[in-house]
Amino acid sequence: MTGIPQAPSTRRGFLVTAVRALILLAGGSLVGAWVLKPWQSRQRVWQIDPLKCTHCGKCATECVLKPSAVKLVHAFPICGYCKLCFGFFKAQQHALDENAENQRCPTGAITRRLIEAPYFEYTIDEGKCIGCGLCARGCTDFGNGSMFLQVRHDVCVNCNQCSIATACPAGAFVRAPIEKPYLLKRSGGSRA
Amino acid sequence: MSFPPPEFSQPHPFPVVQDLPPRPDLFMYLDITALALALFLAAWLVLKKRSRFGTVALMFGSIAYFGFWRKGCVCAIGSIQNVTQALFDPGYVLTAAAAAFFLLPLAFTLFFGRVFCAAVCPHGAVQDLLLVKPLKLPAWLSRGLGVLPFLYLGAAVLAAANGGLYLICRYDPFIAIFRTSGPAFMLAAGAAVLVLATVIGRPYCRFLCPYGALLRLLQPLSPRRAQITPTDCDVCTLCRNECPFDTIRQPVPEPSSAERIRGRRRLGLALIAAPLLAIAGGAAGYAMGPLFAQTAREVPLARAVWQAESGTGLVSDPVAADAFIRSGEESQALYDRASALSRRFHHGGIAFGVWFGAVAGLFLIITSRQKFRPIFETDPSDCVACGRCFASCPREQIRIQEARKE
Repeated sequence: MTGIPQAPSTRRGFLVTAVRALILLAGGSLVGAWVLKPWQSRQRVWQIDPLKCTHCGKCATECVLKPSAVKLVHAFPICGYCKLCFGFFKAQQHALDENAENQRCPTGAITRRLIEAPYFEYTIDEGKCIGCGLCARGCTDFGNGSMFLQVRHDVCVNCNQCSIATACPAGAFVRAPIEKPYLLKRSGGSRA
Repeated sequence: MSFPPPEFSQPHPFPVVQDLPPRPDLFMYLDITALALALFLAAWLVLKKRSRFGTVALMFGSIAYFGFWRKGCVCAIGSIQNVTQALFDPGYVLTAAAAAFFLLPLAFTLFFGRVFCAAVCPHGAVQDLLLVKPLKLPAWLSRGLGVLPFLYLGAAVLAAANGGLYLICRYDPFIAIFRTSGPAFMLAAGAAVLVLATVIGRPYCRFLCPYGALLRLLQPLSPRRAQITPTDCDVCTLCRNECPFDTIRQPVPEPSSAERIRGRRRLGLALIAAPLLAIAGGAAGYAMGPLFAQTAREVPLARAVWQAESGTGLVSDPVAADAFIRSGEESQALYDRASALSRRFHHGGIAFGVWFGAVAGLFLIITSRQKFRPIFETDPSDCVACGRCFASCPREQIRIQEARKE
Protein backbone atom coordinates (compact mmCIF):
# COMPACT_ATOMS: atom_id res chain seq x y z
CA MET A 1 0.00 0.00 0.00
CA THR A 2 2.51 2.59 1.12
CA GLY A 3 6.00 2.21 -0.17
CA ILE A 4 8.55 3.05 2.49
CA PRO A 5 11.52 4.72 0.85
CA GLN A 6 14.77 2.89 1.43
CA ALA A 7 17.57 4.73 3.16
CA PRO A 8 20.64 5.30 0.99
CA SER A 9 23.47 2.92 1.77
CA THR A 10 25.92 4.24 4.30
CA ARG A 11 28.99 2.92 6.03
CA ARG A 12 26.96 2.45 9.20
CA GLY A 13 24.30 0.57 7.26
CA PHE A 14 26.92 -1.70 5.75
CA LEU A 15 28.44 -2.44 9.15
CA VAL A 16 25.03 -3.24 10.62
CA THR A 17 24.30 -5.60 7.73
CA ALA A 18 27.63 -7.31 8.28
CA VAL A 19 26.94 -7.75 12.02
CA ARG A 20 23.52 -9.11 11.18
CA ALA A 21 24.94 -11.64 8.75
CA LEU A 22 27.55 -12.68 11.32
CA ILE A 23 24.95 -13.22 14.06
CA LEU A 24 22.82 -15.28 11.69
CA LEU A 25 25.78 -17.33 10.54
CA ALA A 26 27.01 -17.95 14.09
CA GLY A 27 23.54 -18.79 15.42
CA GLY A 28 22.72 -20.99 12.45
CA SER A 29 25.91 -23.00 12.53
CA LEU A 30 25.81 -23.33 16.32
CA VAL A 31 22.28 -24.69 16.43
CA GLY A 32 22.77 -26.60 13.16
CA ALA A 33 25.74 -28.47 14.60
CA TRP A 34 23.73 -29.48 17.62
CA VAL A 35 20.65 -30.48 15.66
CA LEU A 36 22.69 -32.70 13.36
CA LYS A 37 24.06 -35.04 15.99
CA PRO A 38 23.37 -38.08 13.87
CA TRP A 39 25.41 -40.35 16.12
CA GLN A 40 23.01 -39.84 19.00
CA SER A 41 19.45 -40.97 19.32
CA ARG A 42 16.85 -38.29 19.85
CA GLN A 43 16.08 -38.37 23.58
CA ARG A 44 13.00 -36.29 23.54
CA VAL A 45 9.99 -37.89 25.28
CA TRP A 46 9.58 -38.22 29.02
CA GLN A 47 9.46 -41.68 30.53
CA ILE A 48 9.73 -43.36 33.93
CA ASP A 49 12.56 -45.75 34.61
CA PRO A 50 10.55 -48.47 36.43
CA LEU A 51 13.65 -49.74 38.21
CA LYS A 52 14.19 -46.36 39.87
CA CYS A 53 10.53 -45.53 40.58
CA THR A 54 9.57 -45.66 44.27
CA HIS A 55 5.79 -45.22 43.75
CA CYS A 56 5.71 -42.11 45.93
CA GLY A 57 2.39 -41.02 44.45
CA LYS A 58 3.56 -37.70 43.02
CA CYS A 59 2.75 -38.78 39.44
CA ALA A 60 -0.92 -38.53 40.34
CA THR A 61 -0.65 -35.06 41.84
CA GLU A 62 2.11 -33.22 39.97
CA CYS A 63 1.17 -33.78 36.30
CA VAL A 64 -0.22 -30.72 34.50
CA LEU A 65 -2.98 -32.95 33.18
CA LYS A 66 -5.80 -34.07 35.44
CA PRO A 67 -5.97 -37.07 35.52
CA SER A 68 -2.26 -37.64 35.09
CA ALA A 69 -0.66 -38.91 31.87
CA VAL A 70 1.11 -41.51 33.99
CA LYS A 71 -0.75 -44.83 33.95
CA LEU A 72 -0.15 -48.26 35.27
CA VAL A 73 1.29 -50.78 32.83
CA HIS A 74 0.97 -54.47 33.56
CA ALA A 75 3.64 -56.68 32.04
CA PHE A 76 1.74 -59.98 31.88
CA PRO A 77 4.74 -62.16 30.95
CA ILE A 78 6.38 -61.53 34.34
CA CYS A 79 3.16 -61.64 36.41
CA GLY A 80 2.72 -64.56 38.81
CA TYR A 81 -1.08 -64.56 38.31
CA CYS A 82 -1.30 -64.72 42.11
CA LYS A 83 -4.58 -65.38 43.83
CA LEU A 84 -3.51 -63.07 46.66
CA CYS A 85 -2.32 -60.12 44.56
CA PHE A 86 -0.86 -57.27 46.60
CA GLY A 87 -1.44 -54.91 43.69
CA PHE A 88 -5.14 -55.72 43.77
CA PHE A 89 -5.86 -56.31 47.45
CA LYS A 90 -4.96 -53.94 50.16
CA ALA A 91 -3.17 -55.17 53.26
CA GLN A 92 -5.36 -56.72 55.96
CA GLN A 93 -8.23 -57.26 53.54
CA HIS A 94 -11.39 -58.77 54.94
CA ALA A 95 -11.85 -61.26 52.14
CA LEU A 96 -10.27 -62.08 48.79
CA ASP A 97 -13.15 -60.70 46.75
CA GLU A 98 -13.80 -57.68 44.51
CA ASN A 99 -15.53 -55.62 47.17
CA ALA A 100 -14.33 -52.02 47.29
CA GLU A 101 -13.13 -52.16 50.88
CA ASN A 102 -10.68 -54.91 49.95
CA GLN A 103 -9.23 -53.25 46.86
CA ARG A 104 -6.06 -51.23 46.92
CA CYS A 105 -6.93 -49.19 43.82
CA PRO A 106 -8.76 -45.98 44.88
CA THR A 107 -10.66 -45.78 41.58
CA GLY A 108 -11.37 -49.46 41.00
CA ALA A 109 -9.37 -49.46 37.79
CA ILE A 110 -8.13 -53.04 38.16
CA THR A 111 -10.35 -55.96 37.24
CA ARG A 112 -9.46 -59.56 37.91
CA ARG A 113 -10.53 -62.59 35.98
CA LEU A 114 -10.15 -66.24 36.92
CA ILE A 115 -8.17 -68.10 34.28
CA GLU A 116 -8.03 -71.41 36.14
CA ALA A 117 -7.63 -72.06 39.85
CA PRO A 118 -5.54 -70.66 41.42
CA TYR A 119 -4.50 -68.23 38.68
CA PHE A 120 -6.07 -64.81 38.20
CA GLU A 121 -5.38 -62.28 35.49
CA TYR A 122 -5.34 -58.59 36.44
CA THR A 123 -6.09 -55.98 33.78
CA ILE A 124 -5.98 -52.18 34.07
CA ASP A 125 -8.67 -49.84 32.81
CA GLU A 126 -6.47 -46.89 31.85
CA GLY A 127 -9.46 -44.60 31.61
CA LYS A 128 -9.93 -44.97 35.36
CA CYS A 129 -6.24 -45.11 36.33
CA ILE A 130 -4.93 -41.91 37.97
CA GLY A 131 -1.30 -43.01 38.17
CA CYS A 132 -1.06 -43.03 41.97
CA GLY A 133 1.08 -46.16 41.89
CA LEU A 134 -0.42 -47.79 44.99
CA CYS A 135 -0.84 -51.10 43.16
CA ALA A 136 2.66 -50.84 41.70
CA ARG A 137 4.04 -50.39 45.21
CA GLY A 138 2.10 -53.41 46.49
CA CYS A 139 3.16 -55.56 43.57
CA THR A 140 6.81 -54.50 43.83
CA ASP A 141 7.05 -54.89 47.60
CA PHE A 142 5.37 -58.32 47.85
CA GLY A 143 5.24 -59.66 44.32
CA ASN A 144 6.99 -59.85 41.00
CA GLY A 145 6.85 -56.14 40.24
CA SER A 146 4.93 -56.76 37.04
CA MET A 147 2.84 -53.64 37.70
CA PHE A 148 4.74 -50.40 37.13
CA LEU A 149 4.09 -46.82 36.09
CA GLN A 150 4.74 -45.46 32.62
CA VAL A 151 4.02 -42.17 30.87
CA ARG A 152 1.29 -42.79 28.30
CA HIS A 153 2.31 -40.96 25.16
CA ASP A 154 -1.18 -40.81 23.69
CA VAL A 155 -2.12 -38.65 26.71
CA CYS A 156 1.16 -36.87 27.56
CA VAL A 157 1.63 -33.41 26.03
CA ASN A 158 5.42 -33.80 26.38
CA CYS A 159 6.06 -30.53 28.18
CA ASN A 160 9.47 -28.99 27.73
CA GLN A 161 9.89 -29.27 31.49
CA CYS A 162 7.89 -32.21 32.85
CA SER A 163 6.51 -31.01 36.17
CA ILE A 164 6.47 -34.53 37.61
CA ALA A 165 10.16 -34.87 36.72
CA THR A 166 11.02 -31.82 38.82
CA ALA A 167 9.08 -33.28 41.75
CA CYS A 168 10.22 -36.91 41.41
CA PRO A 169 12.23 -37.78 44.53
CA ALA A 170 13.90 -40.79 42.92
CA GLY A 171 15.05 -39.07 39.73
CA ALA A 172 13.19 -41.77 37.84
CA PHE A 173 12.07 -39.47 35.02
CA VAL A 174 14.33 -39.72 32.02
CA ARG A 175 14.14 -38.64 28.40
CA ALA A 176 13.56 -41.67 26.20
CA PRO A 177 14.22 -41.93 22.46
CA ILE A 178 11.13 -41.31 20.37
CA GLU A 179 11.64 -44.62 18.53
CA LYS A 180 11.49 -46.55 21.81
CA PRO A 181 9.35 -44.42 24.09
CA TYR A 182 8.50 -47.07 26.71
CA LEU A 183 10.80 -48.59 29.32
CA LEU A 184 9.00 -51.88 29.95
CA LYS A 185 10.15 -54.35 32.55
CA ARG A 186 11.28 -57.64 31.04
CA SER A 187 12.08 -59.51 34.22
CA GLY A 188 10.45 -59.45 37.60
CA GLY A 189 11.98 -58.79 40.95
CA SER A 190 10.74 -58.04 44.43
CA ARG A 191 12.18 -55.32 46.61
CA ALA A 192 11.09 -56.98 49.87
CA MET B 1 11.26 -63.34 40.55
CA SER B 2 9.49 -64.04 43.85
CA PHE B 3 6.62 -65.99 42.34
CA PRO B 4 7.06 -68.44 39.48
CA PRO B 5 5.10 -67.91 36.28
CA PRO B 6 1.73 -69.69 36.26
CA GLU B 7 1.51 -73.24 34.96
CA PHE B 8 -1.74 -73.35 33.05
CA SER B 9 -3.17 -76.73 32.04
CA GLN B 10 -4.33 -75.24 28.75
CA PRO B 11 -2.21 -72.69 26.84
CA HIS B 12 -3.17 -69.14 27.77
CA PRO B 13 -1.83 -66.32 25.58
CA PHE B 14 -0.67 -63.24 27.49
CA PRO B 15 -2.61 -60.09 26.70
CA VAL B 16 -0.60 -57.56 24.72
CA VAL B 17 1.21 -54.88 26.73
CA GLN B 18 0.09 -51.73 24.98
CA ASP B 19 2.61 -49.16 23.86
CA LEU B 20 0.85 -46.33 22.10
CA PRO B 21 3.31 -44.20 20.15
CA PRO B 22 3.90 -40.48 20.85
CA ARG B 23 2.96 -37.72 18.45
CA PRO B 24 4.65 -38.49 15.14
CA ASP B 25 7.50 -36.32 13.83
CA LEU B 26 5.34 -35.09 10.96
CA PHE B 27 3.47 -32.79 13.36
CA MET B 28 6.73 -31.28 14.53
CA TYR B 29 7.49 -30.16 10.98
CA LEU B 30 3.91 -28.87 10.73
CA ASP B 31 4.61 -26.66 13.77
CA ILE B 32 7.78 -25.33 12.17
CA THR B 33 5.94 -24.58 8.92
CA ALA B 34 3.14 -22.85 10.82
CA LEU B 35 5.71 -20.71 12.63
CA ALA B 36 7.47 -19.71 9.42
CA LEU B 37 4.16 -18.87 7.68
CA ALA B 38 2.94 -16.85 10.66
CA LEU B 39 6.21 -14.90 10.77
CA PHE B 40 6.04 -14.07 7.04
CA LEU B 41 2.40 -13.05 7.40
CA ALA B 42 3.17 -10.87 10.42
CA ALA B 43 6.05 -9.16 8.61
CA TRP B 44 3.83 -8.50 5.59
CA LEU B 45 0.90 -7.22 7.67
CA VAL B 46 3.00 -4.93 9.85
CA LEU B 47 5.56 -3.59 7.39
CA LYS B 48 3.82 -3.71 4.02
CA LYS B 49 0.09 -3.53 4.71
CA ARG B 50 0.56 -1.48 7.90
CA SER B 51 -2.70 -3.02 9.09
CA ARG B 52 -3.61 -3.22 12.76
CA PHE B 53 -6.75 -5.15 11.81
CA GLY B 54 -4.76 -7.84 10.04
CA THR B 55 -2.32 -8.03 12.94
CA VAL B 56 -5.17 -8.58 15.40
CA ALA B 57 -6.62 -11.31 13.17
CA LEU B 58 -3.24 -13.05 13.11
CA MET B 59 -3.05 -12.75 16.91
CA PHE B 60 -6.25 -14.75 17.23
CA GLY B 61 -4.82 -17.37 14.89
CA SER B 62 -1.59 -17.62 16.89
CA ILE B 63 -3.43 -17.94 20.19
CA ALA B 64 -5.59 -20.68 18.72
CA TYR B 65 -2.74 -22.69 17.17
CA PHE B 66 0.40 -22.10 19.27
CA GLY B 67 -1.61 -21.42 22.43
CA PHE B 68 -4.62 -23.63 22.84
CA TRP B 69 -4.01 -26.29 20.17
CA ARG B 70 -0.31 -26.88 20.88
CA LYS B 71 -0.92 -26.08 24.56
CA GLY B 72 1.88 -23.52 24.61
CA CYS B 73 4.59 -26.12 23.90
CA VAL B 74 6.82 -25.82 21.79
CA CYS B 75 7.59 -22.10 22.12
CA ALA B 76 10.40 -19.71 21.32
CA ILE B 77 10.72 -18.46 24.90
CA GLY B 78 11.25 -21.95 26.30
CA SER B 79 13.57 -22.99 23.47
CA ILE B 80 16.31 -20.81 25.00
CA GLN B 81 16.70 -23.54 27.63
CA ASN B 82 16.74 -26.39 25.12
CA VAL B 83 19.52 -24.68 23.19
CA THR B 84 21.41 -23.99 26.42
CA GLN B 85 21.12 -27.56 27.61
CA ALA B 86 22.22 -28.87 24.21
CA LEU B 87 25.33 -26.69 24.49
CA PHE B 88 26.28 -27.77 28.01
CA ASP B 89 24.97 -31.34 28.29
CA PRO B 90 26.61 -33.67 25.76
CA GLY B 91 23.90 -36.30 26.22
CA TYR B 92 21.05 -33.98 25.30
CA VAL B 93 20.01 -33.64 21.67
CA LEU B 94 18.11 -30.61 20.44
CA THR B 95 14.97 -31.33 18.46
CA ALA B 96 14.44 -29.64 15.12
CA ALA B 97 11.35 -27.89 16.50
CA ALA B 98 13.22 -26.34 19.44
CA ALA B 99 16.03 -25.24 17.12
CA ALA B 100 13.60 -23.68 14.64
CA PHE B 101 11.56 -21.95 17.34
CA PHE B 102 14.76 -20.50 18.75
CA LEU B 103 16.29 -19.36 15.46
CA LEU B 104 13.43 -18.32 13.16
CA PRO B 105 12.08 -15.43 15.27
CA LEU B 106 15.65 -14.23 15.88
CA ALA B 107 16.35 -14.24 12.14
CA PHE B 108 13.08 -12.43 11.38
CA THR B 109 13.88 -9.80 14.00
CA LEU B 110 17.21 -9.17 12.33
CA PHE B 111 15.43 -8.35 9.07
CA PHE B 112 11.92 -7.13 9.91
CA GLY B 113 11.97 -6.13 13.59
CA ARG B 114 9.96 -7.77 16.33
CA VAL B 115 7.10 -9.04 14.17
CA PHE B 116 7.26 -12.25 16.22
CA CYS B 117 6.22 -10.33 19.35
CA ALA B 118 3.61 -8.43 17.36
CA ALA B 119 1.34 -11.27 16.38
CA VAL B 120 3.02 -14.70 16.38
CA CYS B 121 3.84 -15.25 20.05
CA PRO B 122 0.65 -16.39 21.81
CA HIS B 123 1.87 -14.96 25.12
CA GLY B 124 2.19 -11.48 23.64
CA ALA B 125 -1.05 -11.76 21.68
CA VAL B 126 -3.11 -12.73 24.74
CA GLN B 127 -1.87 -9.72 26.69
CA ASP B 128 -2.22 -7.40 23.72
CA LEU B 129 -5.85 -8.33 23.09
CA LEU B 130 -6.82 -7.94 26.74
CA LEU B 131 -5.50 -4.41 27.03
CA VAL B 132 -8.55 -2.19 27.73
CA LYS B 133 -7.34 0.91 29.49
CA PRO B 134 -3.59 1.41 29.26
CA LEU B 135 -1.96 3.39 32.05
CA LYS B 136 1.14 5.37 31.23
CA LEU B 137 3.95 4.25 33.50
CA PRO B 138 6.55 6.83 34.51
CA ALA B 139 9.62 6.51 32.31
CA TRP B 140 11.97 5.66 35.19
CA LEU B 141 9.71 2.76 36.21
CA SER B 142 9.23 1.18 32.80
CA ARG B 143 12.92 1.68 31.93
CA GLY B 144 14.00 0.29 35.29
CA LEU B 145 11.74 -2.77 35.13
CA GLY B 146 13.03 -3.30 31.60
CA VAL B 147 16.27 -4.68 33.12
CA LEU B 148 14.42 -7.62 34.72
CA PRO B 149 14.17 -9.76 31.53
CA PHE B 150 17.96 -9.83 31.31
CA LEU B 151 18.16 -11.01 34.90
CA TYR B 152 15.57 -13.72 34.19
CA LEU B 153 17.38 -14.75 30.99
CA GLY B 154 20.65 -15.12 32.89
CA ALA B 155 19.04 -17.16 35.66
CA ALA B 156 17.25 -19.42 33.17
CA VAL B 157 20.45 -20.06 31.21
CA LEU B 158 22.35 -20.78 34.45
CA ALA B 159 19.74 -23.27 35.63
CA ALA B 160 19.38 -25.00 32.23
CA ALA B 161 23.15 -25.26 31.75
CA ASN B 162 23.74 -26.96 35.11
CA GLY B 163 21.31 -29.69 35.98
CA GLY B 164 18.70 -29.04 33.33
CA LEU B 165 15.93 -27.35 35.34
CA TYR B 166 13.76 -25.27 32.98
CA LEU B 167 12.84 -22.19 35.04
CA ILE B 168 11.03 -20.41 32.19
CA CYS B 169 8.68 -23.31 31.54
CA ARG B 170 8.12 -24.10 35.20
CA TYR B 171 7.12 -20.54 36.05
CA ASP B 172 5.37 -19.59 32.82
CA PRO B 173 2.18 -17.69 33.75
CA PHE B 174 0.22 -18.47 30.56
CA ILE B 175 0.89 -22.12 29.90
CA ALA B 176 -1.53 -23.25 32.63
CA ILE B 177 -4.21 -21.15 30.95
CA PHE B 178 -3.49 -22.56 27.47
CA ARG B 179 -3.72 -26.07 28.90
CA THR B 180 -6.68 -25.12 31.11
CA SER B 181 -4.91 -27.22 33.72
CA GLY B 182 -1.93 -26.88 35.97
CA PRO B 183 -0.71 -26.24 39.50
CA ALA B 184 -3.02 -23.88 41.42
CA PHE B 185 -0.35 -21.26 42.05
CA MET B 186 0.54 -21.04 38.34
CA LEU B 187 -3.12 -20.72 37.34
CA ALA B 188 -3.44 -17.93 39.91
CA ALA B 189 -0.27 -16.26 38.60
CA GLY B 190 -1.59 -16.49 35.04
CA ALA B 191 -4.90 -14.92 36.02
CA ALA B 192 -3.07 -12.15 37.90
CA VAL B 193 -0.89 -11.33 34.88
CA LEU B 194 -3.93 -11.27 32.61
CA VAL B 195 -5.77 -8.90 34.98
CA LEU B 196 -2.68 -6.70 35.13
CA ALA B 197 -2.51 -6.79 31.33
CA THR B 198 -5.86 -5.00 31.08
CA VAL B 199 -4.33 -1.80 32.47
CA ILE B 200 -0.58 -2.20 31.86
CA GLY B 201 0.35 -3.05 28.29
CA ARG B 202 2.01 -6.46 27.89
CA PRO B 203 3.53 -6.71 31.38
CA TYR B 204 5.15 -10.11 30.73
CA CYS B 205 6.68 -9.07 27.39
CA ARG B 206 8.15 -5.84 28.74
CA PHE B 207 9.24 -6.75 32.24
CA LEU B 208 9.92 -10.50 32.26
CA CYS B 209 10.14 -12.19 28.86
CA PRO B 210 13.70 -13.54 28.43
CA TYR B 211 13.25 -14.12 24.69
CA GLY B 212 12.04 -10.53 24.37
CA ALA B 213 15.34 -9.53 25.98
CA LEU B 214 17.22 -11.23 23.13
CA LEU B 215 14.97 -9.62 20.55
CA ARG B 216 15.47 -6.21 22.16
CA LEU B 217 19.18 -6.60 21.61
CA LEU B 218 18.68 -7.57 17.97
CA GLN B 219 15.92 -5.25 16.74
CA PRO B 220 18.16 -2.14 16.49
CA LEU B 221 20.20 -4.03 13.87
CA SER B 222 17.19 -4.54 11.65
CA PRO B 223 17.03 -2.46 8.43
CA ARG B 224 13.23 -2.50 8.38
CA ARG B 225 11.02 -2.35 11.43
CA ALA B 226 7.64 -0.87 12.29
CA GLN B 227 7.79 2.90 12.00
CA ILE B 228 5.09 5.49 12.53
CA THR B 229 6.33 8.05 10.08
CA PRO B 230 8.73 6.72 7.59
CA THR B 231 8.83 9.95 5.63
CA ASP B 232 7.23 12.87 7.39
CA CYS B 233 6.07 13.94 10.86
CA ASP B 234 3.96 16.88 12.01
CA VAL B 235 5.18 16.50 15.63
CA CYS B 236 1.56 16.25 16.77
CA THR B 237 1.92 13.64 19.64
CA LEU B 238 -1.12 11.62 18.44
CA CYS B 239 0.92 8.45 17.94
CA ARG B 240 2.56 8.84 21.34
CA ASN B 241 -0.83 8.95 23.04
CA GLU B 242 -1.88 5.87 21.09
CA CYS B 243 1.08 3.68 22.14
CA PRO B 244 0.17 1.70 25.28
CA PHE B 245 3.72 0.41 25.78
CA ASP B 246 5.45 3.81 26.14
CA THR B 247 7.83 2.96 23.30
CA ILE B 248 7.41 6.10 21.19
CA ARG B 249 10.22 8.53 21.81
CA GLN B 250 9.50 12.23 21.47
CA PRO B 251 11.65 14.66 19.48
CA VAL B 252 14.75 15.90 21.23
CA PRO B 253 16.10 19.30 20.18
CA GLU B 254 19.73 19.85 19.33
CA PRO B 255 21.45 20.23 22.74
CA SER B 256 23.09 23.50 23.75
CA SER B 257 26.82 23.53 24.44
CA ALA B 258 26.22 23.56 28.24
CA GLU B 259 23.94 20.54 27.94
CA ARG B 260 26.48 18.86 25.73
CA ILE B 261 29.15 19.19 28.42
CA ARG B 262 26.81 17.89 31.12
CA GLY B 263 25.80 15.00 28.89
CA ARG B 264 29.40 14.14 28.19
CA ARG B 265 30.15 14.08 31.91
CA ARG B 266 27.14 11.80 32.51
CA LEU B 267 28.27 9.46 29.76
CA GLY B 268 31.78 9.41 31.24
CA LEU B 269 30.41 8.46 34.63
CA ALA B 270 28.29 5.71 33.07
CA LEU B 271 31.33 4.39 31.20
CA ILE B 272 33.25 4.20 34.47
CA ALA B 273 30.31 2.68 36.33
CA ALA B 274 29.64 -0.07 33.76
CA PRO B 275 32.77 -2.18 34.42
CA LEU B 276 32.42 -1.61 38.16
CA LEU B 277 28.84 -2.89 37.96
CA ALA B 278 30.06 -5.96 36.07
CA ILE B 279 32.69 -6.68 38.73
CA ALA B 280 30.18 -6.16 41.56
CA GLY B 281 27.74 -8.43 39.75
CA GLY B 282 30.39 -11.14 39.43
CA ALA B 283 31.17 -10.98 43.15
CA ALA B 284 27.48 -11.11 44.05
CA GLY B 285 26.97 -14.03 41.64
CA TYR B 286 29.85 -15.95 43.25
CA ALA B 287 28.33 -15.40 46.69
CA MET B 288 24.94 -16.58 45.42
CA GLY B 289 26.42 -19.80 43.97
CA PRO B 290 25.30 -22.12 46.82
CA LEU B 291 21.78 -20.73 46.52
CA PHE B 292 21.66 -21.31 42.74
CA ALA B 293 23.05 -24.82 43.26
CA GLN B 294 19.86 -25.80 45.09
CA THR B 295 18.01 -25.73 41.75
CA ALA B 296 19.98 -28.78 40.55
CA ARG B 297 18.26 -31.92 41.84
CA GLU B 298 21.35 -33.77 42.98
CA VAL B 299 22.72 -31.05 45.27
CA PRO B 300 19.87 -31.06 47.82
CA LEU B 301 19.58 -34.83 47.31
CA ALA B 302 23.21 -35.37 48.30
CA ARG B 303 22.63 -33.39 51.49
CA ALA B 304 19.54 -35.43 52.34
CA VAL B 305 21.34 -38.74 51.69
CA TRP B 306 24.29 -37.61 53.80
CA GLN B 307 21.95 -36.66 56.65
CA ALA B 308 20.18 -40.01 56.39
CA GLU B 309 23.40 -42.03 56.29
CA SER B 310 25.15 -40.19 59.11
CA GLY B 311 22.00 -40.53 61.21
CA THR B 312 22.37 -37.15 62.85
CA GLY B 313 19.38 -34.89 63.12
CA LEU B 314 16.54 -34.44 60.67
CA VAL B 315 16.66 -35.47 57.04
CA SER B 316 15.69 -32.56 54.77
CA ASP B 317 13.95 -34.77 52.18
CA PRO B 318 13.38 -38.26 53.62
CA VAL B 319 11.39 -39.56 50.62
CA ALA B 320 14.13 -38.67 48.15
CA ALA B 321 16.89 -39.92 50.46
CA ASP B 322 15.05 -43.21 50.96
CA ALA B 323 14.50 -43.57 47.21
CA PHE B 324 18.19 -43.06 46.56
CA ILE B 325 19.35 -45.48 49.26
CA ARG B 326 16.91 -48.14 48.03
CA SER B 327 18.22 -47.77 44.47
CA GLY B 328 21.50 -49.28 45.73
CA GLU B 329 23.63 -46.62 44.05
CA GLU B 330 26.97 -45.67 45.57
CA SER B 331 26.45 -42.57 47.74
CA GLN B 332 30.06 -41.43 47.31
CA ALA B 333 29.44 -41.09 43.56
CA LEU B 334 26.45 -38.88 44.33
CA TYR B 335 28.53 -36.70 46.68
CA ASP B 336 31.18 -36.31 43.99
CA ARG B 337 28.61 -35.34 41.37
CA ALA B 338 26.96 -32.88 43.76
CA SER B 339 30.23 -31.17 44.64
CA ALA B 340 31.15 -30.95 40.94
CA LEU B 341 27.74 -29.36 40.30
CA SER B 342 28.27 -26.90 43.17
CA ARG B 343 31.58 -25.86 41.64
CA ARG B 344 29.90 -25.36 38.27
CA PHE B 345 27.29 -23.19 39.92
CA HIS B 346 30.01 -21.08 41.55
CA HIS B 347 31.60 -20.46 38.14
CA GLY B 348 28.22 -20.06 36.48
CA GLY B 349 27.18 -17.63 39.22
CA ILE B 350 30.17 -15.44 38.39
CA ALA B 351 29.28 -15.48 34.70
CA PHE B 352 25.65 -14.70 35.51
CA GLY B 353 26.61 -11.80 37.78
CA VAL B 354 29.04 -10.32 35.26
CA TRP B 355 26.41 -10.63 32.53
CA PHE B 356 23.76 -8.85 34.55
CA GLY B 357 26.18 -6.16 35.74
CA ALA B 358 27.28 -5.56 32.17
CA VAL B 359 23.67 -5.29 30.96
CA ALA B 360 22.84 -2.83 33.75
CA GLY B 361 25.94 -0.83 32.79
CA LEU B 362 24.90 -0.86 29.14
CA PHE B 363 21.48 0.46 30.18
CA LEU B 364 23.19 3.30 32.01
CA ILE B 365 25.31 4.13 28.98
CA ILE B 366 22.34 4.04 26.61
CA THR B 367 20.12 6.20 28.82
CA SER B 368 22.87 8.74 29.44
CA ARG B 369 23.69 9.06 25.76
CA GLN B 370 22.24 12.19 24.18
CA LYS B 371 20.49 11.71 20.93
CA PHE B 372 19.21 14.41 18.67
CA ARG B 373 15.82 13.33 17.31
CA PRO B 374 13.81 15.64 15.00
CA ILE B 375 10.60 13.56 14.85
CA PHE B 376 8.59 11.03 16.85
CA GLU B 377 10.12 7.58 16.52
CA THR B 378 9.46 4.12 17.85
CA ASP B 379 12.11 2.90 20.26
CA PRO B 380 14.53 0.72 18.29
CA SER B 381 14.62 -1.95 21.02
CA ASP B 382 11.36 -1.80 22.91
CA CYS B 383 8.79 -1.42 20.09
CA VAL B 384 6.83 -4.66 19.66
CA ALA B 385 5.38 -3.68 16.26
CA CYS B 386 1.78 -4.01 17.39
CA GLY B 387 0.67 -1.53 14.71
CA ARG B 388 -1.54 0.70 16.87
CA CYS B 389 0.27 3.90 15.98
CA PHE B 390 -0.07 3.58 12.18
CA ALA B 391 -3.68 4.70 11.92
CA SER B 392 -3.24 7.44 14.52
CA CYS B 393 -0.87 9.38 12.28
CA PRO B 394 -2.66 12.09 10.23
CA ARG B 395 0.03 11.75 7.58
CA GLU B 396 -0.82 8.08 7.26
CA GLN B 397 -4.44 8.98 6.47
CA ILE B 398 -3.24 11.28 3.68
CA ARG B 399 -0.95 8.55 2.36
CA ILE B 400 -3.80 6.03 2.34
CA GLN B 401 -6.07 8.44 0.44
CA GLU B 402 -3.37 9.12 -2.13
CA ALA B 403 -2.76 5.42 -2.54
CA ARG B 404 -6.50 4.88 -3.12
CA LYS B 405 -6.58 7.58 -5.83
CA GLU B 406 -3.80 5.83 -7.69
